[in-house]
Amino acid sequence: MSTLGEATMTGQELFDYKIENDLKIEPKDWMPEDYRKHLQRQMSQHAHSEVIGMQPEGNWILRAPSLRAKVILLAKVQDEAGHGQYLYSAAETLGKTRDEFINELQTGKAKYSSIFNYPTLTWADMGAVGWLVDGAAIVNQVSLQRTSYGPYSRAMVKICKEESFHQRQGYEIMAQMANGTPEQKEMAQDALNRFWWPSIMMFGPHDGDSPRTGNAMKWKIKRETNDDLRQQFIDKTVAQAEVIGLTIPDPDLKWNEERGHYDFGKMDWDEFWNVVNGNGPCNKQRLQHHIDAHKNGSWVRKAANAYAEKNG
Amino acid sequence: MDSIYYDKQFNKMSEDNQGQVWEVFVQAKPGLAHKHVGNIQAMGKEMALQNARDMYVRRKEGISIWVVKLEDIVASSPEEIGSFFDPMDDKAYRQATYYKMPEGAKHI
Repeated sequence: MSTLGEATMTGQELFDYKIENDLKIEPKDWMPEDYRKHLQRQMSQHAHSEVIGMQPEGNWILRAPSLRAKVILLAKVQDEAGHGQYLYSAAETLGKTRDEFINELQTGKAKYSSIFNYPTLTWADMGAVGWLVDGAAIVNQVSLQRTSYGPYSRAMVKICKEESFHQRQGYEIMAQMANGTPEQKEMAQDALNRFWWPSIMMFGPHDGDSPRTGNAMKWKIKRETNDDLRQQFIDKTVAQAEVIGLTIPDPDLKWNEERGHYDFGKMDWDEFWNVVNGNGPCNKQRLQHHIDAHKNGSWVRKAANAYAEKNG
Repeated sequence: MDSIYYDKQFNKMSEDNQGQVWEVFVQAKPGLAHKHVGNIQAMGKEMALQNARDMYVRRKEGISIWVVKLEDIVASSPEEIGSFFDPMDDKAYRQATYYKMPEGAKHI
Protein backbone atom coordinates (compact mmCIF):
# COMPACT_ATOMS: atom_id res chain seq x y z
CA MET A 1 0.00 0.00 0.00
CA SER A 2 1.46 3.32 -0.93
CA THR A 3 1.31 5.94 1.77
CA LEU A 4 -1.32 8.63 1.87
CA GLY A 5 -0.68 11.52 -0.46
CA GLU A 6 2.04 9.93 -2.51
CA ALA A 7 2.14 11.22 -6.02
CA THR A 8 1.63 7.71 -7.38
CA MET A 9 -1.98 7.64 -6.21
CA THR A 10 -4.68 8.95 -8.51
CA GLY A 11 -7.52 11.06 -7.11
CA GLN A 12 -9.84 8.08 -7.24
CA GLU A 13 -7.35 5.83 -5.46
CA LEU A 14 -6.76 8.35 -2.73
CA PHE A 15 -10.52 8.85 -2.31
CA ASP A 16 -11.10 5.09 -2.08
CA TYR A 17 -8.24 4.75 0.39
CA LYS A 18 -9.71 7.44 2.64
CA ILE A 19 -13.22 5.96 2.54
CA GLU A 20 -11.86 2.48 3.22
CA ASN A 21 -9.87 3.72 6.22
CA ASP A 22 -12.53 6.00 7.70
CA LEU A 23 -10.59 9.17 6.91
CA LYS A 24 -12.62 12.30 6.19
CA ILE A 25 -12.94 13.77 2.72
CA GLU A 26 -12.27 17.52 2.80
CA PRO A 27 -13.57 20.25 0.44
CA LYS A 28 -10.55 20.51 -1.81
CA ASP A 29 -9.90 16.78 -2.08
CA TRP A 30 -10.70 15.06 -5.34
CA MET A 31 -14.07 13.31 -5.13
CA PRO A 32 -16.31 11.52 -7.62
CA GLU A 33 -18.86 13.86 -9.18
CA ASP A 34 -21.72 11.64 -7.94
CA TYR A 35 -20.38 11.82 -4.40
CA ARG A 36 -20.41 15.62 -4.61
CA LYS A 37 -23.90 15.68 -6.10
CA HIS A 38 -25.26 13.25 -3.52
CA LEU A 39 -23.88 15.41 -0.70
CA GLN A 40 -25.15 18.64 -2.23
CA ARG A 41 -28.63 17.16 -2.43
CA GLN A 42 -28.64 15.55 1.01
CA MET A 43 -27.01 18.45 2.86
CA SER A 44 -29.12 21.18 1.28
CA GLN A 45 -32.27 19.15 1.94
CA HIS A 46 -31.13 18.86 5.55
CA ALA A 47 -30.50 22.63 5.74
CA HIS A 48 -33.87 23.46 4.15
CA SER A 49 -35.58 21.18 6.70
CA GLU A 50 -34.08 23.10 9.60
CA VAL A 51 -35.23 26.40 8.13
CA ILE A 52 -38.74 25.33 7.06
CA GLY A 53 -39.02 23.51 10.40
CA MET A 54 -39.14 26.88 12.14
CA GLN A 55 -42.60 27.55 10.73
CA PRO A 56 -44.76 24.93 12.49
CA GLU A 57 -43.20 25.92 15.83
CA GLY A 58 -43.10 29.65 15.13
CA ASN A 59 -46.85 29.28 14.80
CA TRP A 60 -47.11 28.83 18.59
CA ILE A 61 -44.63 31.39 19.94
CA LEU A 62 -47.26 34.08 20.40
CA ARG A 63 -49.71 31.60 21.92
CA ALA A 64 -47.39 29.75 24.30
CA PRO A 65 -49.24 29.06 27.57
CA SER A 66 -46.64 30.64 29.87
CA LEU A 67 -43.65 32.96 29.73
CA ARG A 68 -41.40 29.99 30.49
CA ALA A 69 -42.86 28.04 27.59
CA LYS A 70 -42.47 31.05 25.34
CA VAL A 71 -38.80 31.73 26.00
CA ILE A 72 -38.02 28.03 25.61
CA LEU A 73 -39.80 27.86 22.26
CA LEU A 74 -38.08 31.05 21.09
CA ALA A 75 -34.68 29.62 21.98
CA LYS A 76 -35.49 26.38 20.20
CA VAL A 77 -36.60 28.10 17.01
CA GLN A 78 -33.45 30.26 17.14
CA ASP A 79 -31.39 27.07 17.39
CA GLU A 80 -33.10 25.65 14.29
CA ALA A 81 -32.13 28.79 12.37
CA GLY A 82 -28.55 28.28 13.54
CA HIS A 83 -28.61 24.61 12.48
CA GLY A 84 -29.78 25.64 9.03
CA GLN A 85 -26.83 28.05 8.84
CA TYR A 86 -24.30 25.40 9.91
CA LEU A 87 -25.62 23.09 7.22
CA TYR A 88 -25.71 25.70 4.44
CA SER A 89 -22.14 26.66 5.36
CA ALA A 90 -21.03 23.05 5.14
CA ALA A 91 -22.92 22.50 1.87
CA GLU A 92 -21.34 25.60 0.32
CA THR A 93 -17.89 24.01 0.60
CA LEU A 94 -19.02 21.74 -2.24
CA GLY A 95 -19.06 24.68 -4.62
CA LYS A 96 -22.62 25.98 -4.69
CA THR A 97 -23.64 29.30 -3.20
CA ARG A 98 -26.32 29.89 -0.63
CA ASP A 99 -28.27 31.94 -3.15
CA GLU A 100 -28.32 28.90 -5.44
CA PHE A 101 -29.48 26.59 -2.66
CA ILE A 102 -32.25 28.98 -1.65
CA ASN A 103 -33.33 29.31 -5.25
CA GLU A 104 -33.55 25.52 -5.57
CA LEU A 105 -35.76 25.38 -2.49
CA GLN A 106 -38.07 28.12 -3.67
CA THR A 107 -38.49 26.68 -7.15
CA GLY A 108 -39.25 23.22 -5.76
CA LYS A 109 -36.10 21.68 -7.20
CA ALA A 110 -34.85 20.83 -3.71
CA LYS A 111 -36.94 19.16 -1.02
CA TYR A 112 -37.16 19.44 2.74
CA SER A 113 -38.43 16.94 5.28
CA SER A 114 -42.08 16.15 4.63
CA ILE A 115 -42.93 16.17 8.32
CA PHE A 116 -43.10 19.97 8.23
CA ASN A 117 -45.98 19.85 5.79
CA TYR A 118 -48.29 18.82 8.61
CA PRO A 119 -50.03 21.54 10.62
CA THR A 120 -49.46 22.14 14.35
CA LEU A 121 -53.03 22.36 15.60
CA THR A 122 -52.72 22.45 19.40
CA TRP A 123 -50.11 23.24 22.05
CA ALA A 124 -49.63 19.48 22.50
CA ASP A 125 -48.23 19.44 18.97
CA MET A 126 -45.25 21.44 20.29
CA GLY A 127 -44.69 18.51 22.62
CA ALA A 128 -45.06 15.93 19.86
CA VAL A 129 -42.78 17.81 17.48
CA GLY A 130 -39.99 18.15 20.06
CA TRP A 131 -40.30 14.62 21.36
CA LEU A 132 -40.87 12.74 18.09
CA VAL A 133 -39.66 14.90 15.21
CA ASP A 134 -36.54 16.13 16.98
CA GLY A 135 -36.14 12.67 18.49
CA ALA A 136 -36.11 11.07 15.04
CA ALA A 137 -33.78 13.79 13.76
CA ILE A 138 -31.36 13.12 16.62
CA VAL A 139 -31.14 9.40 15.82
CA ASN A 140 -30.33 10.30 12.22
CA GLN A 141 -27.88 13.05 13.14
CA VAL A 142 -25.99 11.05 15.74
CA SER A 143 -25.33 8.51 13.02
CA LEU A 144 -24.30 11.23 10.57
CA GLN A 145 -21.59 12.50 12.94
CA ARG A 146 -19.54 9.67 11.41
CA THR A 147 -20.29 10.64 7.81
CA SER A 148 -17.28 10.63 5.48
CA TYR A 149 -17.49 14.30 4.44
CA GLY A 150 -15.55 16.41 6.97
CA PRO A 151 -17.62 19.63 6.98
CA TYR A 152 -20.90 17.67 7.22
CA SER A 153 -19.55 15.57 10.06
CA ARG A 154 -18.40 18.63 12.01
CA ALA A 155 -21.75 20.36 11.51
CA MET A 156 -23.50 17.25 12.88
CA VAL A 157 -21.33 17.19 16.00
CA LYS A 158 -22.25 20.79 16.71
CA ILE A 159 -25.94 20.24 16.04
CA CYS A 160 -26.19 17.11 18.18
CA LYS A 161 -24.81 19.02 21.16
CA GLU A 162 -27.69 21.47 20.95
CA GLU A 163 -30.44 19.12 19.89
CA SER A 164 -30.95 17.12 23.06
CA PHE A 165 -32.55 20.10 24.84
CA HIS A 166 -35.07 20.20 22.01
CA GLN A 167 -36.24 16.68 22.51
CA ARG A 168 -36.39 17.00 26.28
CA GLN A 169 -38.48 20.17 26.17
CA GLY A 170 -40.95 18.40 23.87
CA TYR A 171 -41.17 15.35 26.08
CA GLU A 172 -41.68 17.59 29.12
CA ILE A 173 -44.69 19.22 27.44
CA MET A 174 -46.13 15.78 26.59
CA ALA A 175 -45.57 14.54 30.15
CA GLN A 176 -47.22 17.62 31.64
CA MET A 177 -50.27 17.32 29.42
CA ALA A 178 -50.54 13.55 29.81
CA ASN A 179 -50.67 14.10 33.58
CA GLY A 180 -53.03 17.07 33.35
CA THR A 181 -56.81 17.22 33.01
CA PRO A 182 -58.59 14.55 30.92
CA GLU A 183 -58.91 17.12 28.10
CA GLN A 184 -55.20 17.84 28.20
CA LYS A 185 -54.34 14.16 28.17
CA GLU A 186 -56.65 13.66 25.20
CA MET A 187 -54.88 16.49 23.40
CA ALA A 188 -51.49 14.87 24.05
CA GLN A 189 -52.75 11.51 22.79
CA ASP A 190 -54.23 13.16 19.71
CA ALA A 191 -50.90 14.86 18.93
CA LEU A 192 -49.11 11.51 19.29
CA ASN A 193 -51.69 9.88 17.01
CA ARG A 194 -51.17 12.46 14.29
CA PHE A 195 -47.36 12.71 14.49
CA TRP A 196 -46.36 9.08 15.09
CA TRP A 197 -46.55 7.71 11.55
CA PRO A 198 -45.12 10.76 9.77
CA SER A 199 -42.28 10.72 12.34
CA ILE A 200 -41.23 7.14 11.69
CA MET A 201 -41.49 7.79 7.95
CA MET A 202 -38.97 10.63 8.35
CA PHE A 203 -36.26 7.98 8.03
CA GLY A 204 -37.30 7.47 4.43
CA PRO A 205 -38.40 4.45 2.39
CA HIS A 206 -37.50 0.85 3.26
CA ASP A 207 -33.93 0.00 2.32
CA GLY A 208 -35.14 -2.14 -0.59
CA ASP A 209 -37.09 0.81 -2.04
CA SER A 210 -34.40 3.41 -1.50
CA PRO A 211 -32.34 3.57 -4.70
CA ARG A 212 -29.70 5.94 -3.34
CA THR A 213 -28.93 4.02 -0.14
CA GLY A 214 -26.40 1.74 -1.88
CA ASN A 215 -24.02 4.48 -2.96
CA ALA A 216 -24.54 6.48 0.23
CA MET A 217 -23.51 3.46 2.31
CA LYS A 218 -20.62 2.55 0.04
CA TRP A 219 -19.24 6.08 0.28
CA LYS A 220 -20.00 6.20 4.02
CA ILE A 221 -22.11 9.32 3.60
CA LYS A 222 -24.75 7.37 5.50
CA ARG A 223 -23.46 5.01 8.17
CA GLU A 224 -26.70 3.17 8.93
CA THR A 225 -29.66 2.36 6.70
CA ASN A 226 -33.13 3.93 6.91
CA ASP A 227 -34.64 0.78 8.40
CA ASP A 228 -31.92 0.41 11.05
CA LEU A 229 -32.29 4.02 12.15
CA ARG A 230 -36.08 3.75 12.23
CA GLN A 231 -35.85 0.64 14.41
CA GLN A 232 -33.52 2.40 16.87
CA PHE A 233 -35.96 5.28 17.16
CA ILE A 234 -39.00 3.05 17.70
CA ASP A 235 -37.21 0.88 20.26
CA LYS A 236 -36.38 3.79 22.50
CA THR A 237 -39.58 5.77 22.03
CA VAL A 238 -42.03 3.01 22.98
CA ALA A 239 -40.84 2.95 26.59
CA GLN A 240 -40.95 6.76 26.78
CA ALA A 241 -44.62 6.69 25.77
CA GLU A 242 -45.35 4.09 28.44
CA VAL A 243 -43.72 6.20 31.16
CA ILE A 244 -46.13 9.06 30.54
CA GLY A 245 -49.17 6.84 29.97
CA LEU A 246 -49.72 7.49 26.27
CA THR A 247 -50.44 4.84 23.64
CA ILE A 248 -48.56 4.59 20.37
CA PRO A 249 -51.22 4.34 17.64
CA ASP A 250 -50.06 1.04 16.16
CA PRO A 251 -51.98 -2.15 17.02
CA ASP A 252 -49.19 -4.29 15.55
CA LEU A 253 -46.52 -2.84 17.81
CA LYS A 254 -45.07 -5.59 19.97
CA TRP A 255 -41.78 -6.70 21.45
CA ASN A 256 -40.06 -9.43 19.49
CA GLU A 257 -37.95 -11.44 21.89
CA GLU A 258 -36.06 -13.19 19.14
CA ARG A 259 -35.04 -10.05 17.26
CA GLY A 260 -34.56 -8.00 20.40
CA HIS A 261 -36.57 -5.22 18.76
CA TYR A 262 -40.15 -4.04 18.48
CA ASP A 263 -42.16 -5.26 15.51
CA PHE A 264 -44.42 -2.59 14.07
CA GLY A 265 -47.22 -2.12 11.55
CA LYS A 266 -47.18 -1.12 7.89
CA MET A 267 -46.46 2.49 7.02
CA ASP A 268 -48.64 4.26 4.48
CA TRP A 269 -46.15 5.04 1.72
CA ASP A 270 -48.84 6.34 -0.60
CA GLU A 271 -49.48 9.13 1.84
CA PHE A 272 -45.74 9.68 2.27
CA TRP A 273 -45.13 10.13 -1.45
CA ASN A 274 -48.25 12.22 -1.84
CA VAL A 275 -46.89 14.69 0.73
CA VAL A 276 -43.37 14.58 -0.70
CA ASN A 277 -44.84 15.42 -4.09
CA GLY A 278 -46.44 18.58 -2.83
CA ASN A 279 -49.93 17.52 -1.78
CA GLY A 280 -49.62 17.56 2.00
CA PRO A 281 -51.81 19.84 4.09
CA CYS A 282 -49.23 22.68 4.32
CA ASN A 283 -46.77 22.34 1.41
CA LYS A 284 -47.92 25.45 -0.41
CA GLN A 285 -48.21 27.53 2.72
CA ARG A 286 -44.69 26.63 3.94
CA LEU A 287 -43.00 27.43 0.66
CA GLN A 288 -45.00 30.60 0.07
CA HIS A 289 -44.11 31.86 3.53
CA HIS A 290 -40.42 31.30 2.80
CA ILE A 291 -40.68 33.11 -0.54
CA ASP A 292 -42.58 36.04 0.99
CA ALA A 293 -40.14 36.41 3.87
CA HIS A 294 -37.25 36.29 1.42
CA LYS A 295 -38.84 38.92 -0.81
CA ASN A 296 -39.68 41.16 2.10
CA GLY A 297 -36.07 41.02 3.21
CA SER A 298 -34.74 42.06 -0.17
CA TRP A 299 -34.44 45.79 0.63
CA VAL A 300 -32.57 44.95 3.84
CA ARG A 301 -30.01 42.85 1.98
CA LYS A 302 -29.58 45.54 -0.65
CA ALA A 303 -29.14 48.27 1.95
CA ALA A 304 -26.70 46.16 3.96
CA ASN A 305 -24.68 45.42 0.82
CA ALA A 306 -24.57 49.09 -0.10
CA TYR A 307 -23.45 49.96 3.43
CA ALA A 308 -20.78 47.26 3.41
CA GLU A 309 -19.56 48.47 0.04
CA LYS A 310 -18.91 51.90 1.56
CA ASN A 311 -17.68 50.92 5.00
CA GLY A 312 -16.19 47.45 4.51
CA MET B 1 -2.12 29.06 -3.93
CA ASP B 2 -5.80 28.70 -3.84
CA SER B 3 -8.91 29.51 -1.86
CA ILE B 4 -10.03 27.18 0.94
CA TYR B 5 -12.80 25.52 -0.96
CA TYR B 6 -13.33 23.55 -4.11
CA ASP B 7 -14.52 26.42 -6.18
CA LYS B 8 -14.62 30.07 -5.37
CA GLN B 9 -17.85 31.32 -6.80
CA PHE B 10 -19.23 33.21 -3.85
CA ASN B 11 -19.22 36.50 -5.64
CA LYS B 12 -22.57 38.08 -6.04
CA MET B 13 -24.53 38.10 -9.24
CA SER B 14 -26.83 40.91 -8.13
CA GLU B 15 -27.01 43.41 -5.32
CA ASP B 16 -29.63 41.26 -3.57
CA ASN B 17 -27.64 38.36 -2.16
CA GLN B 18 -26.61 36.73 1.08
CA GLY B 19 -23.41 38.75 1.45
CA GLN B 20 -19.91 37.41 1.71
CA VAL B 21 -18.55 34.35 3.47
CA TRP B 22 -16.47 35.04 6.57
CA GLU B 23 -14.54 32.33 8.38
CA VAL B 24 -14.90 32.39 12.15
CA PHE B 25 -12.23 31.70 14.80
CA VAL B 26 -13.11 31.46 18.49
CA GLN B 27 -10.87 31.58 21.55
CA ALA B 28 -12.49 29.30 24.11
CA LYS B 29 -10.53 30.47 27.19
CA PRO B 30 -7.74 32.90 28.03
CA GLY B 31 -4.41 31.39 27.07
CA LEU B 32 -5.72 29.20 24.25
CA ALA B 33 -5.27 29.86 20.54
CA HIS B 34 -8.20 30.97 18.40
CA LYS B 35 -9.64 27.92 16.67
CA HIS B 36 -11.59 27.71 13.41
CA VAL B 37 -15.23 26.88 14.12
CA GLY B 38 -16.99 27.45 10.80
CA ASN B 39 -18.25 30.39 8.79
CA ILE B 40 -21.10 32.82 8.44
CA GLN B 41 -22.43 35.13 5.79
CA ALA B 42 -22.54 38.86 6.34
CA MET B 43 -22.39 42.22 4.68
CA GLY B 44 -19.39 44.01 6.15
CA LYS B 45 -17.16 43.61 9.21
CA GLU B 46 -19.60 44.70 11.88
CA MET B 47 -22.33 42.37 10.76
CA ALA B 48 -19.80 39.57 10.37
CA LEU B 49 -18.74 39.89 13.99
CA GLN B 50 -22.33 40.13 15.21
CA ASN B 51 -23.45 37.11 13.15
CA ALA B 52 -20.47 35.09 14.34
CA ARG B 53 -21.39 35.89 17.91
CA ASP B 54 -25.04 34.89 17.36
CA MET B 55 -24.09 31.70 15.61
CA TYR B 56 -21.08 30.29 17.41
CA VAL B 57 -21.00 31.57 21.00
CA ARG B 58 -24.58 31.28 22.16
CA ARG B 59 -23.61 28.81 24.87
CA LYS B 60 -20.43 30.14 26.45
CA GLU B 61 -18.23 28.61 23.76
CA GLY B 62 -15.71 31.44 23.89
CA ILE B 63 -14.45 34.81 24.99
CA SER B 64 -12.99 36.23 21.77
CA ILE B 65 -13.87 36.03 18.07
CA TRP B 66 -11.96 36.72 14.87
CA VAL B 67 -13.68 36.91 11.50
CA VAL B 68 -11.78 36.80 8.22
CA LYS B 69 -13.16 37.14 4.72
CA LEU B 70 -12.97 33.79 2.99
CA GLU B 71 -11.50 35.36 -0.13
CA ASP B 72 -8.56 36.69 1.91
CA ILE B 73 -7.50 33.25 3.08
CA VAL B 74 -4.95 31.36 1.04
CA ALA B 75 -4.74 27.60 1.42
CA SER B 76 -2.32 24.87 0.40
CA SER B 77 -3.72 22.22 -1.88
CA PRO B 78 -4.13 18.49 -1.18
CA GLU B 79 -1.84 17.56 -4.11
CA GLU B 80 1.06 19.17 -2.28
CA ILE B 81 0.62 16.99 0.75
CA GLY B 82 3.75 15.02 -0.03
CA SER B 83 6.42 17.60 -0.88
CA PHE B 84 5.05 20.63 0.96
CA PHE B 85 4.79 18.83 4.27
CA ASP B 86 7.85 16.64 4.00
CA PRO B 87 9.14 16.46 7.59
CA MET B 88 12.69 15.82 6.33
CA ASP B 89 13.30 12.89 8.61
CA ASP B 90 16.92 12.74 7.45
CA LYS B 91 17.69 15.78 9.57
CA ALA B 92 17.59 13.89 12.84
CA TYR B 93 19.73 16.53 14.52
CA ARG B 94 16.59 18.67 14.75
CA GLN B 95 15.15 16.31 17.36
CA ALA B 96 16.10 16.45 21.04
CA THR B 97 16.57 12.69 21.14
CA TYR B 98 19.48 12.96 18.68
CA TYR B 99 21.90 14.23 21.31
CA LYS B 100 23.85 12.10 23.76
CA MET B 101 23.80 13.44 27.27
CA PRO B 102 26.61 12.65 29.74
CA GLU B 103 25.82 9.95 32.30
CA GLY B 104 24.22 11.43 35.41
CA ALA B 105 23.08 14.73 33.82
CA LYS B 106 19.56 15.51 35.02
CA HIS B 107 16.73 17.86 34.13
CA ILE B 108 17.92 18.34 30.55
